[in-house]
Amino acid sequence: MDVIIDNLPLYWEGFLRTLFLSAVSGVIALLLGTVLAAARVSPVAALRGFSMTYVEILRNTPLTIAFFFAAIVLPRLGVKFEQFEVAAIIALSAYTAAFIAEAVRSGVNSVPVGQAEAARSIGMKFGQVLSLIILPQALRTVIPPLINILIALVKNSSVAGAFFVLELFGYGRQLANSNGDQVMAVLIGVAFFYLLITVPLGILASTVERKVAIVR
Amino acid sequence: MKAFLTRRKSFVVAASAALALTLSACGGSTGTTSDPTVAEKPTFAAGSTMEKLASAGTIKIGTKFDQPLFGQVGLDGKPIGFDVEMGKLIAAKLGIAADKIEWSETVSANREPFIEQGKVDLVIATYTINDKRKQVVSFAGPYYEAGQALMVNKDNDTIKKPEDVKGKKVCSVTGSTPAGTIVEKYGAVLVPAATYSACLEPLRNKQVEAITTDNVILAGFVDKEPDAFKLASDETFTKEPYGIGLKKDDTVFRNWINDQLEEFSKDGSYKKAWEATAGSVIKTAPELPAINRY
Repeated sequence: MDVIIDNLPLYWEGFLRTLFLSAVSGVIALLLGTVLAAARVSPVAALRGFSMTYVEILRNTPLTIAFFFAAIVLPRLGVKFEQFEVAAIIALSAYTAAFIAEAVRSGVNSVPVGQAEAARSIGMKFGQVLSLIILPQALRTVIPPLINILIALVKNSSVAGAFFVLELFGYGRQLANSNGDQVMAVLIGVAFFYLLITVPLGILASTVERKVAIVR
Repeated sequence: MKAFLTRRKSFVVAASAALALTLSACGGSTGTTSDPTVAEKPTFAAGSTMEKLASAGTIKIGTKFDQPLFGQVGLDGKPIGFDVEMGKLIAAKLGIAADKIEWSETVSANREPFIEQGKVDLVIATYTINDKRKQVVSFAGPYYEAGQALMVNKDNDTIKKPEDVKGKKVCSVTGSTPAGTIVEKYGAVLVPAATYSACLEPLRNKQVEAITTDNVILAGFVDKEPDAFKLASDETFTKEPYGIGLKKDDTVFRNWINDQLEEFSKDGSYKKAWEATAGSVIKTAPELPAINRY
């Protein structure tokens, strides 16, 4: 266990970077995912088609491929970033947004059609129906799956370690390389720091769910 | 057109080598030289390893199979490279022809055990001499001194020496010795990768300015894509002396190999072996390093 204590600063740096990647990608994915879900239920066929294509492609592609695309193919096409963190955030948020869109869509489907019809009948436009009536109820219904997706996002961020970003997993690999005799301890340390993010997220999920649950 | 020319060139080299000597040794690809002249019935002191090997008429040599330019096995199953040439030269001095050598693959992890268990008589496998290894095996040589180097894009003329990478992005494998050196000693910004080959794309895309590790590994990459990459310089900035591993405390054999190495250097076969293999990328032919007779 000495290796964990001796390298706490390294672990901490990795932990902060993992937290940063997850937080930024999480926020972007939540926004993008909600927009995609809205597009999916909108009356405009082109938007529905775009949203469906996006979700189906990103959801069914391995995350590593998304990373490969962001970190290696994009620069070849002329989109260059100074920091590989940018590529990681693009890959993570684009990938996660697809899952969030599907979760939100399932929430939208859970809102009885009568509510939308009632809103329309008092003269609300589509945007108003969606933002005032449907989405607030939909999002509250899907808190548990949304948090699950965010927990997966935190763990998925470890893929960035293989794409030139030194986050928790990247430092873990570095420590394992230089401490060949204590690989188990190194990995236990890495797991501990991931739990430090994911377990509170789980607790947050149940708290929020209790607070905002809709009794139907 | 370029590929066509290269292929043609290698054909010409192979053809002329075949004409000059015999047809036997051409592996069908560049980097192969022909058989060195095999000694006719050499005599050795009774009981020595040389005598045993010479009378058996065969020798078991371990080398890397995946290290381009030093020891690499192609589709024909025959290893080629500088390490392989060294092995052939030594075998020839024992009166053993190249086709009587039994090659086996020694990766980094099994080199010491293979020597200790007698599975190989010699290990010539980009094998760095160090004190930890000297506890269990003996080393003849060094026959080559590798070292850390920088690889850059073909069109990059700003990086020539390690001092030039200060504050610039350099790709290397996380936790490796070369990565530590370039950051701590030369102030580069490390872009960490899982393997050295993973560094190639960022270099091509100019997201990093150089890749660093042992020059022989980099030379292997340059050999594959000479139009894209080059070594920043033939100079290296750390020292990794490569030795020939053999059974511990077989001093007679070790001294004999050391004598042969010095002779190869004198009669030009050392230089010839270099030019036919690693010399295609690392242009400056090395001098044989001072033999360490410990």
